[in-house]
Amino acid sequence: MLDLTYETPKPKVIAGAKHDWELVIGMEIHAQVSSNAKLFSGASTRFGAEPNSNVAFVDAAMPGMLPVINEYCIEQAVRTGLGLKAEIHLRSAFDRKNYFYPDLPQGYQISQLYHPIVGEGEVLVEMGPGVARLVRIERIHLEQDAGKSIHDMDPNMSFVDFNRTGVALMEIVSRPDIRGPEEAAAYVTKLRQILRYLGTCDGNMQNGNLRADVNVSVCLPGQYEKYQATQDFSHLGTRCEIKNMNSMRFMTQAIDYEARRQIAILEDGGSIVQETRLYDPDKGETRSMRSKEEAHDYRYFPCPDLLPLEIEQGWVDDIAASMPELPDAKKARFMGDFGLTDYDANVLTADLESAAFFETVAKGRDGKMAANWVINELFGRLNKQGLTIAETPVSSAQLGGMIDLIGSGEISGKMAKELFEILWTEGGDPAEQAAKHGMKQVTDTGAIEAAVDEIIAANPGQVEKAKANPKLAGWFTGQVLKATGGKANPATVNALVAQKLGL
Amino acid sequence: MNANELTIAAARDALRKGELTAVDLTMSCLTAIDAGDPLNAFVHKTPEIALEQARAADARLASGDAPAMCGIPLGIKDLFCTKGVASQAASNILKGFKPEYESTVTTKLFDAGAVMLGKLNMDEFAMGSSNETSCYGDVVNPWKVDERRLTPGGSSGGSASAVAADLCLGATGTDTGGSIRQPAAFTGIVGIKPTYGRVSRWGVVAFASSLDQAGPMTKSVRDAAIFLGAMSGHDPKDSTSAELAVPDFEAALTGDIRGKKIGIPREYRMDGMPDEIEALWAKGREMLKDAGAEIVDISLPHTKYALPAYYVIAPAEASSNLARYDGVRYGHRARLAQGDGITEMYEKTRAEGFGKEVQRRVMIGTYVLSAGFYDAYYNRARKVRALIKRDFELAFADGIDAILTPATPSSAFGLGEMASADPVQMYLNDVFTVTVNLAGLPGVSVPVGLDAKGLPLGLQLIGRPWEEGDLLNHAHVLEQAAGFVAKPSKWW
Repeated sequence: MLDLTYETPKPKVIAGAKHDWELVIGMEIHAQVSSNAKLFSGASTRFGAEPNSNVAFVDAAMPGMLPVINEYCIEQAVRTGLGLKAEIHLRSAFDRKNYFYPDLPQGYQISQLYHPIVGEGEVLVEMGPGVARLVRIERIHLEQDAGKSIHDMDPNMSFVDFNRTGVALMEIVSRPDIRGPEEAAAYVTKLRQILRYLGTCDGNMQNGNLRADVNVSVCLPGQYEKYQATQDFSHLGTRCEIKNMNSMRFMTQAIDYEARRQIAILEDGGSIVQETRLYDPDKGETRSMRSKEEAHDYRYFPCPDLLPLEIEQGWVDDIAASMPELPDAKKARFMGDFGLTDYDANVLTADLESAAFFETVAKGRDGKMAANWVINELFGRLNKQGLTIAETPVSSAQLGGMIDLIGSGEISGKMAKELFEILWTEGGDPAEQAAKHGMKQVTDTGAIEAAVDEIIAANPGQVEKAKANPKLAGWFTGQVLKATGGKANPATVNALVAQKLGL
Repeated sequence: MNANELTIAAARDALRKGELTAVDLTMSCLTAIDAGDPLNAFVHKTPEIALEQARAADARLASGDAPAMCGIPLGIKDLFCTKGVASQAASNILKGFKPEYESTVTTKLFDAGAVMLGKLNMDEFAMGSSNETSCYGDVVNPWKVDERRLTPGGSSGGSASAVAADLCLGATGTDTGGSIRQPAAFTGIVGIKPTYGRVSRWGVVAFASSLDQAGPMTKSVRDAAIFLGAMSGHDPKDSTSAELAVPDFEAALTGDIRGKKIGIPREYRMDGMPDEIEALWAKGREMLKDAGAEIVDISLPHTKYALPAYYVIAPAEASSNLARYDGVRYGHRARLAQGDGITEMYEKTRAEGFGKEVQRRVMIGTYVLSAGFYDAYYNRARKVRALIKRDFELAFADGIDAILTPATPSSAFGLGEMASADPVQMYLNDVFTVTVNLAGLPGVSVPVGLDAKGLPLGLQLIGRPWEEGDLLNHAHVLEQAAGFVAKPSKWW
């Protein structure tokens, strides 16, 4: 495996009216745990069901109902922790976060404030070939999702849908190690990629299964380094939290806007008020949701309905032993085993399905050629038609078979593009289709020899010129290829022409 | 003697011998319940369910498949959720609430063939020591002094009153700080709070989850043993329920406690404790000594901090547990005025739905958990709790088998008598009982004598965790020695 070393990227610098400013960003990612049942009930987590159809008594907080931990959700959190190279806490505990809201039936969310299940870890966020930011993870804890309030169904009433109530979330908390809007998006992309590899979150941002609260502050150049040296936050600026971002595009826009807003205030002699803000994508601005003073007092305390969660090292080891290959390792392997470029390896490992497809195609074949075909032809075509890799009309076996035909010289690269088109539209076995469409190159030297002899005999003048200047032998090759309708293998023709002309 | 006056053990034997049918027994109780309306113990009567269950019990008895509780008519505290039957925790906020589910305890009892006569009055959300906070009104103690109406204690006041007045053979209670043992003592019956985790809390409306535990209230220690056996056991639906087998508690009642060590904790001798209580306690010591036990003076040094710690922890948990009563999904919702929003809906609903004592505890609980006060109150109380638990552990490690204390600081007091008193005066009723909840131990209240006014007094025995059998055996010895047979004279 290749040992990949990276340079640290430069932080994003925004030029203010007076001087330059740097960005400091930390994130809380809420990732819905992939699990059929909720964190503390057996109710289904299926998205898009009839409102209030996936609700157990405990989800609706009926009197006397009690939560029971879904062990699979614990396993998923442990798997995620291991995937982020994080410390797994064998003893963790659940706390209640108390607040009133109609979509929170219990009047509290069961979460893990004091003793999270996963401790410190890290995520490597690549920002270009050989450049990457190592973002530290502070903790991951499990908690219940809330339901959904619906305010636009009736002019006088609000409705609540408890289907999502009690679904397990992992809150993945980063350190303030992210230094720009693009890095923030890259961090979420990388985290999402890892979670999808692990199968612990489907990463569907549109459905809200992965959403981010983004903490943004700005500071003068040099301040962040002081923070790094001391871990003392006072070197950094006051942060504002932008809630519930579930689009990468809006996230980068929101961070950029927020940073510029803070810079304008600071350069104007003002100070930043710590608060929670929301991004309005229509207006392209963030606005205050609630200030620190208005912040809820959540009255956290240990949930008395649940005993502290104790897991065994052996169980963690079993999960560790069953871990899939993760993106960084896969990328390094693809670069090492198949000789791929950094860029190609990134593209091919972006998701598991693409990586698996590529590996099937590349197995026993030229890796670079396989990568070219998968990325340029297949992905290009899929993108154009808005298809995913799972929906590809050309299978890995078909693409592999086609590459074999190129490798054996049976078809040319140019013909292969036509064949790919035929496989895309008609399907079928690559070799059979090539034969059926008369694409096979003529490698039968007898047939080519006859064509060469014929053209030499018909063009004595050219023969003389070529003998005087061997560079002109190419003319004969061209004539032969033309005569054979492009099916003759150019290398074979070249060799025969040279031989016949005695060059 | 009417059938409703039988003990569970006697009824069981009679039912098995065919001397009595469950239907007749149930009818006898239903008649007594109707006559007992002045006690205000039963708040939802379920005669149809009772008779149907009694007929099924008779069929089981006839087929020879008759667990101990088969055909035994019981009252169920309103805190237990019973499917299709009003379950309101004696609160207006749950007005009209009929659960779609059956609590684990009642499910177990019904599976064992028990008969539900109806739901029993209690203090609202089990918060109270006199059964005066119920939305159904006060429960009246069948014991009377002159013409004064007395409290049966609380919060399981309806259960206590019903059992003492022979309206049922036994009743379920719940105990968060003494809510089984104090009313048992006030009404001359037996009540046991088992070890925390022995009985499932699933389907029992929560007051303070880390302290709540259900238990039986009965006419005898033997009945408590039989009844407790049928209620107990691991429940995968309650994460705090223990994965332990349930021993045969009745078989533990050997009557032999020779060589056992009984601890007498000096810290339970309170300043200003009435002489009668002191004398009763001494009498209890003598009885156990006469039975061959060794009496040992012990110290439980953190006892005096128990009551304050309890009145921080219990309200803290309650403030969170009761947040779900918000008018959104079930129970009472206030009528809103034009322009009212969600905040007004919460405020009006909870102001109308909760009584004063519940509101007081929700406010205390919210306060002690709030930012800036958490460490000073809640966290400190948790530390005190750990110390209290350790006090008991050290005593048991020293070879103590059971600890004998008074059950209550007085006999039953008059209804309304404490109405204008400082709430702390009411809270002092729990002074001998809360330590047991904080430590998660089993505790039983046994009637031992009458005071000068002719009212029952009880003693409490505290046992080792998970040793309810041994504890009940001690209680059984005390009961036999005391020979408490007094009954309230029927005035209702």
